[in-house]
Order: sequence, then C-alpha cells, then structure tokens
Amino acid sequence: MQKLLLLGDEAIAQGAIDAGLSGVYAYPGTPSTEITEYIQDSKIANERRIHSKWSSNEKTAMESALGMAYAGKRAMTCMKHVGLNVAADAFINAAITGVNGGFVVVAADDPSMHSSQNEQDSRVYGKFAMIPILEPVNQQEAYDMTYAAFEMSERFNVPVMIRITTRLAHSRAGVVRKELLAEKEVSLPKDPTQFVLLPSIARRNYKKLIETRPDLEKISMESPYNTYTDAPDRSLGIIACGIAHNYLMENFQDRELNHPVLKLSQYPMPRKDIERMVEECDKILVLEDGYPVIEELLKGYQEAGTPVTGRLDGTLPRDGELTPNIVANSLGFPFEEGADVPDLMVGRPPAMCKGCGHIDAYQALNIALEEHGPGRVFADIGCYTLGALPPYNAVNSCVDMGASITMAKGAADAGLLPAVAVIGDSTFTHSGMTGLLDAVNEKTPITVILSDNYTTGMTGGQDSQALGHLEQIIEGLGVEPEHIRVFKPTAANLDDMVNIIKEEFAYEGVSVIIPRRQCIQTLRNKSLVMKVKELGL
Amino acid sequence: MKSDIILAGVGGQGILSIAATIGMAAVDKDLNLKQAEVHGMSQRGGDVQSHLRVSSKPIASDLIPKGKADIILSVEPMESLRYLPYLSKTGWVVTNTTPFVNIPNYPEMDTVMAKIAEQPNHIAIDADKIAAEVATKRSSNIVMLGAASQFIDIEFEALEEGLRKIFERKGDAIVESNINALRAGRAAAEEILASRN
Repeated sequence: MQKLLLLGDEAIAQGAIDAGLSGVYAYPGTPSTEITEYIQDSKIANERRIHSKWSSNEKTAMESALGMAYAGKRAMTCMKHVGLNVAADAFINAAITGVNGGFVVVAADDPSMHSSQNEQDSRVYGKFAMIPILEPVNQQEAYDMTYAAFEMSERFNVPVMIRITTRLAHSRAGVVRKELLAEKEVSLPKDPTQFVLLPSIARRNYKKLIETRPDLEKISMESPYNTYTDAPDRSLGIIACGIAHNYLMENFQDRELNHPVLKLSQYPMPRKDIERMVEECDKILVLEDGYPVIEELLKGYQEAGTPVTGRLDGTLPRDGELTPNIVANSLGFPFEEGADVPDLMVGRPPAMCKGCGHIDAYQALNIALEEHGPGRVFADIGCYTLGALPPYNAVNSCVDMGASITMAKGAADAGLLPAVAVIGDSTFTHSGMTGLLDAVNEKTPITVILSDNYTTGMTGGQDSQALGHLEQIIEGLGVEPEHIRVFKPTAANLDDMVNIIKEEFAYEGVSVIIPRRQCIQTLRNKSLVMKVKELGL
Repeated sequence: MKSDIILAGVGGQGILSIAATIGMAAVDKDLNLKQAEVHGMSQRGGDVQSHLRVSSKPIASDLIPKGKADIILSVEPMESLRYLPYLSKTGWVVTNTTPFVNIPNYPEMDTVMAKIAEQPNHIAIDADKIAAEVATKRSSNIVMLGAASQFIDIEFEALEEGLRKIFERKGDAIVESNINALRAGRAAAEEILASRN
C-alpha cells in the first residue's frame, strides 16, 4: 500500500478512522488540533458521518466521547496537556466506569512550552487514572497504536491514553495504513449499573480496575512497542521513553550501540524488563521527553540500589524538550556545532496580525485606563494574550482558560477597581460563562472586554461555539442589556470606544463590552463569511 | 543519499509549502523523510523553522542535530543566520535578500548582508523580485526552493512533479507559475555560482 505522508497528529486520526471510529470530540489546542481537523477533512470520515464537530471545551468533549463509548461505539477525545486539566474530572472517573465501545484519550504535551503555559506530563495523569498509556516513537507507531488502542480499551474495560509530544505531533513521515474496519453497532453495556458511580457501585468498579493491573503489566511485557535490546557493555543501561528513543538512536548512526536499551512505549511499565536492567546494569540512564516520571519512580527516595541518572541529577536538563544534542551530552559524546548565532540577531516574538481587531480594542482600553493606572487587566488564553507584549503592554495576567473573568472578580472583591477582564469569544464559551454568572450573582463591579472575532484564532481559525448567540448567552446569564455594549473596533471608532469603556468603568456592576470584528486570518474562509452575513453581524 | 535541511522564515511566509514539495518528491522517489514543523503561536509573525530530513536510509530523529545540516534554506535574510549552529562546516546558506520587517529593532540591512557574505558557502538572491518577474510575488518561497535545489540530492524534475501534485487542485495557471518560479530560482543560483568560478 502506498505510504501516506502524515503528521503524528494525522497518523493518530487516520489510525482511529481505520479502526472503526464513530466520533471524535475535541476543543482546539496546540499541538493536538490537527487530529480533529484531519478527521473533519477526511473523505471516509465524511462518508461514514463520523462525528468531528468541535466541542465547547475539553470536559464536554471527554464526556461526549464517553457517552458514545457507553453506547457501544468507538470514540476518541483529543486535547493538549492543559486541556486534560479541564477534563480531569471526567477523565479519572471514566477509568472507574470503564467502557463499552473502545474509548481513546489523546493527550498532546508541549515540553519547552512552544505554545503553552506549562509543560506538565500527561503520563502522570494516565498513571493517576490507572489506565494503559501508549507513547509512540514515530508516526507509524502513532498510527498502529491508535488502531490497536480501541480493541485494548474494549478488552480490558478501560480508557486508553495515547501520549505524544509536540515534536511528534507536528512532524511528518511516511505511514502505511491497515485494513479499514467497520464501525460498531449501538449496544448497551451488559451491566446496566456499570456507569452509575454511586459509592457502592464505584467501590466495586474501582476494585475491578485495581484487578486489571497485573493484566496491564503483562500486556506491557508482551507489547511489540516495548523492546529490550541487550548488549555487552553493562556499565550503563538506557531506558528511552517514546520519542526520546529517536534522539538516542540518532547518536548511534555512526557508532556501535554497546549498552542494553529498553525502548519504553507502553505503560504500566514492563516490570520484568525493568528488574532485568536494574539487576544486570551498573547504572541506568533514563531519557524522557517530559517530566522525570520513570526516573523518579526508579530512583525513589532511598538512593539505594542501582544508581539512576537523568533529569534529576543534572545529567539532562531538568526542564525543556530533549534534542539529539542534549542526549549526546548525557552520553558524553562530543559534537561539533556550526557557527555561533551572530550578535546582530534579534528575537522575533509572535505578534497580533496587522489589522487585527484586538489591537484596536487594546488601544482604546489603554487610553481609558490612563487615569486609573496600570496593573488591573486580567487576560485569557488566545491571540489577545499577545497584548501583554510591547508596544501594548496592556494585560497583567494569563493563567488558564476562563481565568480572566474570575480573577477580575477576585481583584474587584479585594477593592482593585476598575477591574477588567479581556477574553475572546471562543474562550468565553469554553470556560468564561460560569465565572460571569458568579460575578452577576454578586453584582461584582467588573468590566469584561469580550473581544469577538467569530473564531478560535490562535489555533488556526476553528469554529467558535459563541457564533450567533453571544449576547443571548450573556443576557441569559443575567447581565443587564444596557450594560452589554457592542461596537466595531477600528481606528476611526477610537474615541467612541474609549468613551464606552469609561462609561462602563463607572457602572458598579457587571458590564460586558464586545468589540466585534472578524479575524482577518479567516477572511478567506468563505463559509464563515457567509454565515456572518446570514446572522446579520 | 541524505539531505538535512533547515527551512527558516517568519510565520506566514510559506516555508511549509517548500517542505511539502520536497516531501512529495521524496515520497515519489521512495526515500525516507521526516519533517518537523512549527505550528501554533509562532505562526503569528514569529520566527519559524522546519527541520526537513530526507535519506535513503531510515531516519532516527525528527530534529537535525547541531552541526549536521547540509542546507539552511531561508526565505528571509536575518532568519538565515538564526540557525547557524545547526549548519555543518561544509553546509550551504541559501537565502532570500528581501527582509520581512515586523519588529522595531530589525538590524541594519548592511550588517545582515555582510554577515551572510561571511559564510563560507552562501547564495543570496532577491527572491521577491524574481518571483514578481516570472510568477507572482507570493511565489518567492518557491524561487528559494529552486535556488537551493542544486544542493538537495533529489532530481530537479522530481521537485517539479512535487509542485504539480501540490498545486494541481488550484489549477494549471498556478502550477505553471510555481514551476516558473522554481526554474527561475535555480537559474539565479547557478548564475551566481558560475560568476564565482
């Protein structure tokens, strides 16, 4: 069969489609976005009417996917690492309910924080939930593992996590497909109480989950993705997890690999392989693209037994993604770098696009705030976060999805007035609505700038769940209609915008100001332009 | 064969189209390929790079190790210098000379060009100008691919074929325009090399 050239993300998507997927549920988030987009554009997926529309947030996505798995069909949910925090409640409890149809959770981690606010390692979540974790080393494994994960989920009655990092998610390579499987029929769980997590039932289910542990360790031992390669020089044994194995092997293109290597791509850890390495090797080096999860587990607190090195003892940097050169350093291999970066080089940080409506909104906000002083603008996650950078220097926080409104509320409660929140339309429907309700219920004096560009801009212009009913939602949450102020953010409207913002600063209750203009990156998206026209926006 | 290429530019300048073209050609020739891209925040006007590796042997790492790249192919002059630690001692810097100025502290053009000229193996061409002459200004990325093509161990015809496949959905005119851009870039680079000999 002809090789497809696929991103790691796309390989996961194709693997899921070919395994008989009936629905993917997701909210966009780098580096996971392309999984769902690939399914949205897939011919087979469209013919089969596989669900692929965006969800409001990762929690709604996780729960919808679980509902589909309840109904006996194969379902997948995909998110960036921090999205799993949003979905964590559903995620951990899905391990207690178990599944009916296969249920796969993809977590795309971002070590080095290329597009994220932290570099948390989702393997910790997988272990926390006590479910199997698959960590592909390349695009073909990403495809093969996803293809097999649904069956594994059904066989052991647990969700299965696929954990990737940015470099695999966004790297392309050839992938060979397998046979396209049929979708599952709708069926009910055999035990009608399985998904009812009343304490008495949850206790029973949890015991069952604990009982699967030995089976899961056994399949890790038998897994073709975990391989122990013995070699004569046992002064050092190397454990290489997921993509770290690539960086290890890169260093042995022109050298003989004399040390035993355990390639680790399926968890829980294959206990016998670990025991063998501990027993046979004088020292163990652990390579992980993320937190020192395995290293810490092996090292423990007693510092007894075989010495373990890696991120915790400085053999590798404690933070940031691995590279072939970092791994070379850890092995003591010298390498010759090219020329130094010249002194004239300057940074080129990302910036809001020329002509972006957020810029006009910030210009007005900065003028309106002049008389009040700095330090009172709580922003959120999206392109407008870039308003933190010069020349705008317009915002003072960016923490997590939806935190703008709630942090502004807390600051207002503390007496910091005016307190301003800046949030986009998609982030608002993701996690801003409940916080706004808190503020409405207490009539907290906050001014929310809800910068509406009809899209999820930062991740590439995906649908916004708010489109066409933003004011309705805000009014429904209890904001008074006279304090919902909509305008078009343009240079010509600057004075009007400043006046509106100042008027709402003076109001001692919740105001929502909506600067509304289409994201210029989406102007070539004909269906969105049509829709905006139809809605009369 | 093996070609390790760092593609450099600014978000939105079309380095992924260059990568896709080489990728298409590599798959057609049954070569192994790995290509790491940058998506997300940096695409908003930040510096972006792609590590593109093509080889007749299996490729281990998605990232090119420092000191191992055969080519830095840059669609923007300053960006051609950002990844010099990755370039091998015998590698080539192939860059566009039209700057993309979206920062207030962009260095003096003379110093940038002088630095490029200091590199032992370099080719600098005004791809924007050439693209405007033979195709459209938006094809400057493909002009740069043409300029670098003689250092990539893939037949030129295979790159043309790759372009055809990538742009065929957009119609014959777009395909031809891009092929013109590719050829013009190749010719400009050959002329520079010939003038040095």
